[in-house]
Amino acid sequence: MNALRKHIHPGWLIIAPLLVMVMALYLGPILNILWLSVTDPEPGFGNYAKLGESDALIRILWTTVRICIITTVFSVTLGYSIAYAMMHCHQRQKNYMLTLLLVSFWISILVRTFSWLMLLGRRGLVNVALEDIGLIAEPIAFMRNELGVLIGMIHYMIPYAVLPLLVSMQAIDQRVMDASRNLGASGSQTFLRIYLPLTTPGLVASTLLVFILSLGFYVTPAVLGGGKVLMVAEYISVQLLVTLQWGTAAMLAALMLFGVLAMLWIMSRFMKLSTVFGGAAR
Amino acid sequence: MADLANTGSLQLRDVTKMFGTFRAVDSVNLDIQKGEFLTLLGPSGSGKTTLLMMIAGFLDITHGDIALDGASIADVPAEKRNFGMVFQGYALFPHMSVRDNVGYALSVRKKPAPEIKTRVDEMLELVQLQDFADRKPTQLSGGQQQRVALARALCFAPPVLLLDEPLGALDKKLRVEVQEQLKDIHRRIGTTFIYVTHDQEEALSMSDRIVIMRDGSIEQVGTPKELYERPATRFAASFLGKSNFITQGVKTFALRPEKIDLRVGQGGDDARTSGTIRSITYFGSMQRIIVDTAQGDEIEVDIDVWRNQEALSVGAAVDLLWQDAAAVELKET
Ligand SMILES: Nc1ncnc2c1ncn2[C@@H]1O[C@H](COP(=O)(O)OP(=O)(O)OP(=O)(O)O)[C@@H](O)[C@H]1O
Ligand SMILES: [Mg+2]
Repeated sequence: MNALRKHIHPGWLIIAPLLVMVMALYLGPILNILWLSVTDPEPGFGNYAKLGESDALIRILWTTVRICIITTVFSVTLGYSIAYAMMHCHQRQKNYMLTLLLVSFWISILVRTFSWLMLLGRRGLVNVALEDIGLIAEPIAFMRNELGVLIGMIHYMIPYAVLPLLVSMQAIDQRVMDASRNLGASGSQTFLRIYLPLTTPGLVASTLLVFILSLGFYVTPAVLGGGKVLMVAEYISVQLLVTLQWGTAAMLAALMLFGVLAMLWIMSRFMKLSTVFGGAAR
Repeated sequence: MADLANTGSLQLRDVTKMFGTFRAVDSVNLDIQKGEFLTLLGPSGSGKTTLLMMIAGFLDITHGDIALDGASIADVPAEKRNFGMVFQGYALFPHMSVRDNVGYALSVRKKPAPEIKTRVDEMLELVQLQDFADRKPTQLSGGQQQRVALARALCFAPPVLLLDEPLGALDKKLRVEVQEQLKDIHRRIGTTFIYVTHDQEEALSMSDRIVIMRDGSIEQVGTPKELYERPATRFAASFLGKSNFITQGVKTFALRPEKIDLRVGQGGDDARTSGTIRSITYFGSMQRIIVDTAQGDEIEVDIDVWRNQEALSVGAAVDLLWQDAAAVELKET
């Protein structure tokens, strides 16, 4: 017993039951999915082989990745400027903006998605207004296509992009920026050579967060895509609920999991992930 | 560095900074010679940093004018002023190596790489950090970081170097060491140094001239010796060193504790005043004796430990003596 105590901190014994529970509840289902993907409907890699055979599957994966990349680029870029503005305005306005940001977290994704239909749908506010002024004869197709999905997803993702950026911008010492100016650097030189590198961990964190969240997006593409834009998450749900091909669904889920892990692994080759996820920047 | 042989003098005219209705810096007039080591000394909140930031161009002046070699620079932005600056806390670029930190000013000026390398090596040698060129700032000690900040600020041969409490973060022993190095570097490169501190010993030992600041305005300017020997006001006398104050009629005199002699026994005819010893504090090299005078004043006397070894004890009656020149008449009471 004593020997055991020397090697294992007693704290571990206290959290051990919780640890075991979390592991079971997390790893169990994941292992189950991996298992399903190679056993249903019959053992083997038949499900994965479908990737090579079915153009439809490849098209869905490609649509998903394309939409995720565009969403990430726009959300992170817009998020960067929003975070920058928040950092450089007066305290009052900053609090105001922060509140708005948090409020958007609390509004249900359904509400936020449907409000875009009200605004940009065929009979939405914008189209009706433009038609009434006489600027357009036919309503512009904002919704029920990829553009609609992108608008909805970017809108939803921006707050997620802002938060990690805000954290890394907050950590910058104003005197470091002053020092750069004092040494003769112009505003854009200071931004490119000091500000941007110092906020890179935030940028990476924000990119990963938005991209990974986008991969599994379901509601917005389903509603705003109008059935024309099929992404992986929606396809998985169809396999589960309609065609009952659980093996295919499990394979796609596993594929997404591997994709995310691979991304994290590639990132970790370039920088310590601990700095990205808020560890000490060293 | 020959190109700055004739530049580096600064003229401050009525420089004032208001924050709202609060005067942080109040009508400062000052001529700073080229190559001078000038120290801004004053208590916390006296406007030292504010004044320095206006010289550096980070703060607008509310009114007044700042000129470099006679030409106004009030409208020149900070990045065009070409003044070196060592920030409080150093403000090194954490993501760059020591070499890139030091070479930054040259590389943003788009100088060719070989030129930058030569110059950076020269600067690293000046601050004795040749072996640390490839480290990151976080891998350096406080004193080493301080020297990187200095090398970085001097790398583009600025005519003026501004230092805001550069030694504030160092411990006492290291401070003294770095003070020497700073003085030495100043002698070698001949740049004008404007140095902010609230450490009076540092000011005395390093400066060519000291500016004592109080509530945003200049209390007194002079060489360390002038200020110490001939303080003009009560504030100047008590901020720089210790001082006794003696009133005679309407006049007030400042009297340094080490300029008073003390003799056991009372009633000598050369005695200025007499009293009894209230306390004796031993400081190793000297002892501080507080005497209550017959007039009800309290006078501090610093005397060497090896003297007066006889009968100095609390409660002893003593005469106090000093030369006429030791008592300095103050302008204000
Ligand atoms: N941005 C600001 N807004 C309002 N007041 C300010 C501002 N900056 C400084 N002050 C005030 O101006 C006065 C001078 O400040 P300053 O920083 O120049 O003092 P300092 O002499 O450098 O003090 P320290 O030795 O503590 O660094 C202080 O009373 C301070 O509160
Ligand atoms: Mg200060």
